[in-house]
Amino acid sequence: MSQSIAHPQDGHRADGHHDDHGHGHHDPNLAHHFDSLGQQFDSAKLGIWLFLATEVLFFGGLFAAYAILRMRHPDVFSYASHYLDTIMGGINTCVLIVSSLTMALAVRYAQTDNRRGLIACLVLTFMGAVGFLVIKYFEYSHKFHDNLVWGTSFYVPPEGAEGDAERALLKSAPAADSTIEVKDPAMFVVPDLAAKPAVDASAVKAASRGPSGLARPSGAPAPAAPSEPAPGAVEQAHPALHLEDAAMPPNTHLFFAIYYAMTGLHGVHVVAGMGILAWLTWRAVRGDFSSKNFTAVDTGGLYWHIVDLIWIFLFPLFYLIH
Amino acid sequence: MAHDAAHHHHSGSHEPHPEVGHVVPVKYLVGAGLALLVLTVVTVAVRYVDLGEANMPLALGIALVKATIVALIFMHLRWDRPFNLLVLIGSIVFVLLLIAFAAMDVHQYEPTMFTGNAPDAQSTLDANAPGAPVAQARPLEN
Repeated sequence: MSQSIAHPQDGHRADGHHDDHGHGHHDPNLAHHFDSLGQQFDSAKLGIWLFLATEVLFFGGLFAAYAILRMRHPDVFSYASHYLDTIMGGINTCVLIVSSLTMALAVRYAQTDNRRGLIACLVLTFMGAVGFLVIKYFEYSHKFHDNLVWGTSFYVPPEGAEGDAERALLKSAPAADSTIEVKDPAMFVVPDLAAKPAVDASAVKAASRGPSGLARPSGAPAPAAPSEPAPGAVEQAHPALHLEDAAMPPNTHLFFAIYYAMTGLHGVHVVAGMGILAWLTWRAVRGDFSSKNFTAVDTGGLYWHIVDLIWIFLFPLFYLIH
Repeated sequence: MAHDAAHHHHSGSHEPHPEVGHVVPVKYLVGAGLALLVLTVVTVAVRYVDLGEANMPLALGIALVKATIVALIFMHLRWDRPFNLLVLIGSIVFVLLLIAFAAMDVHQYEPTMFTGNAPDAQSTLDANAPGAPVAQARPLEN
């Protein structure tokens, strides 16, 4: 902006000397490269909004991947969604919403010179972030325990794990037959374990091998039910019970790949948000913020709200597939 | 400045007016929070009702309403400079463009695509994965 323009909002600068570096009357909250508090505030807001736009685009790539995967594998998404805990996801949604509310209140308290309210709300928001990650940790660890992971490991149960309560999960999964629709049965080759010399079939536990017809086309006869495991063998059965489920559609691992990619990236943003909230809390305790200086609380809050906003879409896309 | 103009026209006479920005009344913030919680309960409940094709559009519609509440109230966009709203909407439009063109591309190449896993993954799956679906390239038509 030209130095010759006078700024009526900022009388002491109307002489055009913008770069006087604090000589004379200088608002301590106004950086010298801005003409007025209004311009400074608007610039900060535009800056954070441009950053949030890049965040939307960042997640947008994964949303596009999700859309393509779901378009090509609708059966996988409707099946695998039942492995996610809707209650846990719903509680986490509420936790983020409440923490967004306390964040918005924190901005208000900063604007109204209520330092106690500001600190309390920032701490509550931080605790919301912690609560979200704790619940997410329990969800992730349960999935890992059940070998519900991404990539080819989804089909390779790790050694030495135990499974018991996970059977209940499987029983709540949708029944066979109705969910599988393969247009061209010739497109799938049912793996024949016995024919593969590379696999030592004896090294694979009976319980984890599962029915050989996981990619069974609809209409094909159901594979023979696995023989009842011997008493005692149940204790050694592997938790990767999805491999025993004849209703599991092919390529179910894709659901978990995009699930971990999107919720994982979101989780990283929650961790970053905790850092921002801790920094804001420290500065609030130090007494930095007031009705004349709350921009950091405002912009940090906007970042926290976008983390909430992205979760608002992740929740139905993964947990709420009927 | 635009925000100053928006400021003075705001009707909440009891609300404090800092030099910059806009103070959102508590009733707006709490109301928005309650609306978001209610909508969360609704969207979870709808999951258990079979509406056929309508389930996903309804869930995404509720999510869109929730996102709008967050953006307009919590993120101050209702009172903010309109350009910031334009930045947000612009980014969303470009994401939708990405999804639309990727979907068109996938549709275009569908007849020549491998069904199942990527070909390179087959060796891994063959060796290590009992029960893994194994794909076969569909022969090109024509």
